Amino acid sequence: MSTKKLQIRTQNDIVIVRKFVREMAAQLGFGLVDQTKITTAASELARNTLDYGLGGDVEVESLSNDRGKPGIKLVFSDEGPGIADLKLALTDGYTSGHGMGMGLSGSKRLVNEFEIDSEVGKGTRVTITKWK
Amino acid sequence: MERIPILKMGSFLLVTIQVDMHDQLAMTLQEDLTNRISETGARAVLIDISALDIVDSFIGRMLAGIAGMAKILDATTVVVGMQPAVAITLVELGLSLDGIKTALNVDRGMALLRTSLSLSADEDLEEQRSLSSNSSFVS
Repeated sequence: MSTKKLQIRTQNDIVIVRKFVREMAAQLGFGLVDQTKITTAASELARNTLDYGLGGDVEVESLSNDRGKPGIKLVFSDEGPGIADLKLALTDGYTSGHGMGMGLSGSKRLVNEFEIDSEVGKGTRVTITKWK
Repeated sequence: MERIPILKMGSFLLVTIQVDMHDQLAMTLQEDLTNRISETGARAVLIDISALDIVDSFIGRMLAGIAGMAKILDATTVVVGMQPAVAITLVELGLSLDGIKTALNVDRGMALLRTSLSLSADEDLEEQRSLSSNSSFVS
């Protein structure tokens, strides 16, 4: 359906991503709780892209499944250092930086589909989808 | 520089977060609040987050940081007004906000703070009167 790419280079970009995702979720008729969940997941992953991936971008896509159910797909990409141990990075409470270690594992719980690809020295791509 | 205002009422400091906080603003608030506690000798901090439509781990950590620093400075913090959708999301995200006192709204938050400081219903205001009369005496 529609796709938009937003850059994530500054802290303020995180606020812009949040706002954009919230508005799209509201437009697609997501309930308040689901709007809040996808927006929160977007905030967590955008911050990861900025803090650990050293900046990147997010593609925001509105979807419709074969039964006409609307959804939002977000693809966060960076060309940062990558994640050496994905299993560890997805563990609750694990943090390599100054966070609480809930960014990846927590975001995963807030959405329906979660996929992560990372290569050391190349970068990281996190794809999430939330259906209405 | 953009700042979140901190109001003093008696021995309480009150903060209402009305904007979608970017990270630097959250850090500035943390710093401003600890400075104000130290300057005013405030015993309690009430933070109203009813206007926040998300609380992510960064904001959660900032709130926990404020509560922790305030505690070291002998002040109690209560966070009030969290939207139900935000509360549901926080639990699923895995943030328990351990160590932060919360209350449903401002009234209950004030009551909680008064109880924890053993103040009577208007004692915090009494102190304000005595403080303002002191300052007029000094000037």
